[in-house]
Amino acid sequence: MIEKANILNPDDLERVIKRISHEILERNRGSENLVIIGLRKRGVPLARRIADRIESFEEKKVDFGKLDISFYRDDFGMKIKSDVEKTEIGFDITDKNVILVDDVLFTGRTIRAAMDAIIDLGRPRSIQLVVLIDRGHRELPIRADYVGKNVPTSRNELVMVKLKETDGEDGVILLEKEEDVK
Amino acid sequence: MLSKKSILQVDDLEKEDVIKIMDTADSFTDISKREIKKVPILRGKAVVNLFFESSTRTRTSFEVAAKRLSADMINFSASTSSLKKGESIMDTLRTILAMQVDLVVVRHSDSGTVKMVDDLIDIPVINAGDGKHQHPTQALLDLYTIRSRFKECRGLKVAIVGDFLNSRVAASDILLFEKMGMDVSIVAPSMLLPEDCSGFKIYSCIDDVIESADIIYMLRMQFERQGRKFYPSIREYNRFFSLNRDRVGRMKESAVIMHPGPVNRGIEISDEVMGGTRSPYSSVIIEDQVTGGVAIRMAILYLILG
Repeated sequence: MIEKANILNPDDLERVIKRISHEILERNRGSENLVIIGLRKRGVPLARRIADRIESFEEKKVDFGKLDISFYRDDFGMKIKSDVEKTEIGFDITDKNVILVDDVLFTGRTIRAAMDAIIDLGRPRSIQLVVLIDRGHRELPIRADYVGKNVPTSRNELVMVKLKETDGEDGVILLEKEEDVK
Repeated sequence: MLSKKSILQVDDLEKEDVIKIMDTADSFTDISKREIKKVPILRGKAVVNLFFESSTRTRTSFEVAAKRLSADMINFSASTSSLKKGESIMDTLRTILAMQVDLVVVRHSDSGTVKMVDDLIDIPVINAGDGKHQHPTQALLDLYTIRSRFKECRGLKVAIVGDFLNSRVAASDILLFEKMGMDVSIVAPSMLLPEDCSGFKIYSCIDDVIESADIIYMLRMQFERQGRKFYPSIREYNRFFSLNRDRVGRMKESAVIMHPGPVNRGIEISDEVMGGTRSPYSSVIIEDQVTGGVAIRMAILYLILG
């Protein structure tokens, strides 16, 4: 892997999270009825940061949860799975506006699984999707409602999101698989 | 996802496998509490319960587990099958395999039969109890129940009480409990002990452990495996080995009572301790074992078929 471009530095990331938090509040007219759910693994700290911003802008608590989609994947048996982590959603999502947060939107398959998982927990009024990076290459008719940055990529490239909570530092970089470099 | 394709005995599981199974089961415990108790992950997979010996809870538990994962479960019990017409196990297996199944759960009254089945076929096999040999998923659910209650298992004192000689549950439990750092002792009449007991801590009366144990694990008297009468009278067995109100009262406050079921009321555990639909004692966690059993079997099916 070689580094091709620096997509977001720590300050950019901070600004993106602030902007998206404002957009969520604008579209939903405040935080009434909102719940924020992060997708394991890096969607979780991103979701927490957005929830923190929203709570400080609106000066009230919002429900926050973590979702693991292991049991809803469509690639089962392809031996690429990671360990199951616990889904922690300790509130009822029925009639709520669910803000689903993930780091990178790629094929859309993870989001399909996440929507199925959420609907098994209740019947939300809406599900809205936040992604830090949209890298294209969708295989399903899925789009994000809030995007940090659109990054056109080739399939040989890899978008690497780093967050303080999981990786010790903030930033997003674009990598390219070495064998494909001419 | 696990070190071996099949689970035939506790010895097949590395410590990391055990921890992975326990952690995965935690997620399934949550799912079983939801309104929609089902996830789609094993959609399209077929699992066969191949039971050559009678069972209620293990067979049902595997069935519930498979169904909650959206797998199809086919129940096959020897008493209603062509085995009655004299078909051999090998031919029965051939028939079942021809139906394109993905995993077989086997119980048999002869030790080693499950190993033989595993040698004959390529798909994963789970041992649901073979003779006096082992019952690994029971041991895993027992450990899971203990872990859910005590959080940390290392150092806990377990007393396993009763028919040790004929118990495949005890054989698997001891191996697994010791693997996880628990301190195991056995309370059994000498007629129900194996000839070689070296390496075990043996007591001849439940009163010797009742005040110090964290877990009292009662074994079922295996009358169907006891070729002759192993104990002179139930009254005498009660005096030395049974749980009654008085003994439960002397247990540590945090201690629990477990039993793999089915309980012989009045033999291992008295009627008053067992109670009606529920035991009056919160230390009796036999139903937690059953609930945990579903989560553990879901975790095993998920991890093996992954």
